Amino acid sequence: MPFQIPSENEYNSYAVVMKGIVKQFPKVLANDHVDLFVKRGEIHAVVGENGAGKSTLMNQLYGLYTPNEGQILINGKELSIDNPKDAIQAGIGMVHQHFMLVGPLTVAENIVLGDEPTKRFNIFDLRKARKEVKKISEDYGLKVDVDTNIEDLPVGTQQRVEILKTLYRGAEILILDEPTAVLTPQETEELFVVLRNLQNDGKTIIFITHKLNEVVEVSNNVTVMRGGKVTGRIPTVETNQREIANMMVGREVLLRLEKEKKQRGKKILEVKELDVNDNRHLPAVRGISFDLHEGEIVGIAGVAGNGQSELVEAITGLRKKEAGQVHFMEEDITNSSPKVIRELGMSHIAADRFKHAMIKEFSVAYNIALGRHYKEPFASGGFLNHKNINRISKGLIEKFDVRPREIGINAGNLSGGNQQKMVVAREVDYQPRCMMVAQPTRGLDIGAIEFIHTTLLELRRENVGMLLISMELEEILSLSDRIFVMYEGKFMGEVKPGEVSLEELGLMMAGQTLEEVRSDVNE
Amino acid sequence: MNKKKWMRVAIPIISIIIALLIASIIILWIGEGSIGERFSFLGNAYSEMIKGAFGSKTAIMNTIIKMTPLILTGLAVGFGFRAGVFNIGAEGQMSMGALVASIFAVNASSLPAFIAIPLTMLVGMLAGGIWAGIAGFLKAKTGAHEVITTIMLNWIAYNITNWAVTGPFNSGGGTPKSPEIATSTMLPNLMSSQATFMSFGILIAITAAVVIYIILYKTSMGYEIKSVGFNPYASEYGGINVSKNIILTMAISGALAGLAGTLESTGLYYRFYGTLSSGKGFDGISIALIGQNNPFGIIAASLLIGGLRTGSNQMQFAGVPKHIVMIIQSIIIFLVAAERIVMTLMGWNKKKGGSK
Repeated sequence: MPFQIPSENEYNSYAVVMKGIVKQFPKVLANDHVDLFVKRGEIHAVVGENGAGKSTLMNQLYGLYTPNEGQILINGKELSIDNPKDAIQAGIGMVHQHFMLVGPLTVAENIVLGDEPTKRFNIFDLRKARKEVKKISEDYGLKVDVDTNIEDLPVGTQQRVEILKTLYRGAEILILDEPTAVLTPQETEELFVVLRNLQNDGKTIIFITHKLNEVVEVSNNVTVMRGGKVTGRIPTVETNQREIANMMVGREVLLRLEKEKKQRGKKILEVKELDVNDNRHLPAVRGISFDLHEGEIVGIAGVAGNGQSELVEAITGLRKKEAGQVHFMEEDITNSSPKVIRELGMSHIAADRFKHAMIKEFSVAYNIALGRHYKEPFASGGFLNHKNINRISKGLIEKFDVRPREIGINAGNLSGGNQQKMVVAREVDYQPRCMMVAQPTRGLDIGAIEFIHTTLLELRRENVGMLLISMELEEILSLSDRIFVMYEGKFMGEVKPGEVSLEELGLMMAGQTLEEVRSDVNE
Repeated sequence: MNKKKWMRVAIPIISIIIALLIASIIILWIGEGSIGERFSFLGNAYSEMIKGAFGSKTAIMNTIIKMTPLILTGLAVGFGFRAGVFNIGAEGQMSMGALVASIFAVNASSLPAFIAIPLTMLVGMLAGGIWAGIAGFLKAKTGAHEVITTIMLNWIAYNITNWAVTGPFNSGGGTPKSPEIATSTMLPNLMSSQATFMSFGILIAITAAVVIYIILYKTSMGYEIKSVGFNPYASEYGGINVSKNIILTMAISGALAGLAGTLESTGLYYRFYGTLSSGKGFDGISIALIGQNNPFGIIAASLLIGGLRTGSNQMQFAGVPKHIVMIIQSIIIFLVAAERIVMTLMGWNKKKGGSK
């Protein structure tokens, strides 16, 4: 049975009906007569590429934007939701992609923040807050220690706090914006259990994602968006990942990559017994050793914050090494500057685009020049060669499909996906011998991910050695020749894709060594 | 919110207009008699001010003399801003530059002018550059904030220069001042009229603005300096030495302030005075703000402030207190610094929905 579009007298059984929503931004029509129907008590997935308009749609439901046209009906009643306060009043809660939590405050304090129970004279009543938070946490089976500071909690638990926050405010309809982006496979599973429990308690859940396996696993119905319009609505049981992907992209998509078999070349990077500290001067990388050969992709899997970023920053010279050595192209680069390391032929797609990989106040052209701004063909005799900078940048944004095709606009004005393509374009054009690739596709849509993956495999064919760090296990598994799993600064083991299960990887990401995992399985 | 290019020009101009309007209200208010008389009083005040600033050769020369050091201290601060450092110490760098250059110039009588003049400027720039470089070094190596260190260095400079002109470098007489510098180090005059002489310092200041413009917009060095100012992390990632660039920026900034002091000494006073800088270093902050850190904007801002100050003397003769000019200047700076006020007034501030 295909998805039933309800008639007006059925709206009463729908938690959310959005009809004919139009949202016009200065240059973009973000929502073009979008209809969304979410039954009471269902888990409804809204999927689409970046810029498809799904976040915009949800932000209108939560009162962050006001639609130019269209109606919003909550439980059959038309409401005008002008701000999040109205939304909360209507029983809508939203868990954003970036958590809105205060690190040094406790779980209980964070949950009640903005709606605190008070004693006389408006004094904050911590005892009551703790009690209330404990109660909802038990009621919904969302276990948290109410007295821990947020900053000491893992991401998965922080997300749970965000969900509790919405429940504390009486949410009946929960919007989750890309909730699994930051989670391990196990944490994702736990989240799904929580979502199902909430569903059993009668809550309605709207789940924004671009990960198709999750859609299939957890949702009852799917609404697919592309270019501001709805391109498909379907009950989940009647569809599959491939069909959803095609509706999202509007063409056939390669979900599996064609990776050619090839012999790796000679060793180009050797890391020995490396120790690195994090920003708080605590050990982040502990005694890591590995080598990287030409023409191979070595993947590092792990939950964010287990020392992967510090490892890459240390190799590229951005972070001080406490102990150990790094050799690149047979030279000792342990204490070399980033410039020297770059000159030797190492480029770097940095994980944190805004912090490291680009200067948002600079134009696209100037960003393309970064790292080569002092030498031919970008400069000569100390003077910038604007003609060459512009010519090369134009060629690159054409080749890498950076939109809009304007090299003069500030990089900060590009969308996230286009910023990433710009960074990849620059680092690939560097013609590296070796590339550190950290989170190359974070926040990108399927089309762009496909493009970047193809580019990386192209580099592999050209014998570039790559170290790939990603939170996306799929990405690691489909691109890497070898995989190390990193946990608390150490490698838990080396595995080959095809010879390891997702479950084994998940356990290693949670701190078990390969030997432990394999012996557990044997028992 | 992205500021468009034309806004960079429009904001200061609108600020000036608003400031003049507010000042007009004040002048109308302090005027006496009927409405008509008050308006003619107002008209008279402004026409005297313009006459005082640009009405005669002497007036123009006086305006240019006033604007010369302002261009340089404005450049000093504006250049620093571009690289993300807030140099509050132009005052101290200016007086240190002037002091050291004057000490050199007093003793340089054996050198011919074509060597002595550039060499004196170089010495002054070096002194200012080193003085600011201290703050740059401390920021780069220890993270000490330049706002704090440059303020402290201002006080040290103030005391050193005071000690010098009252002690070892004193020439006697009433005001604390140094002996006269050697004739060969005095800047030749570009123009003179009656008792007023104007050295070619203004040409040096304008050249400095052009050079700074070229550095900022045409060279790899300028690229690096701006890059470090915008995002030190990405700069380091791009192979740019962040510490080196912070020190370099501070040194260049200080050299400009040092040059401002040197030109005052070699082109105007022919000696070092304890009160030589008298706030012109701090004026640099205002000038840089009004000029939106653009070298040519800074020249225009210096002309404006220089003109207002020269004009204010003449305005006094029309019976309007000099302080009106201070009020105008303050309102302009206030509005430019808090540019959102102007943008809101003009309706440029409309909230745009963020599209992804």
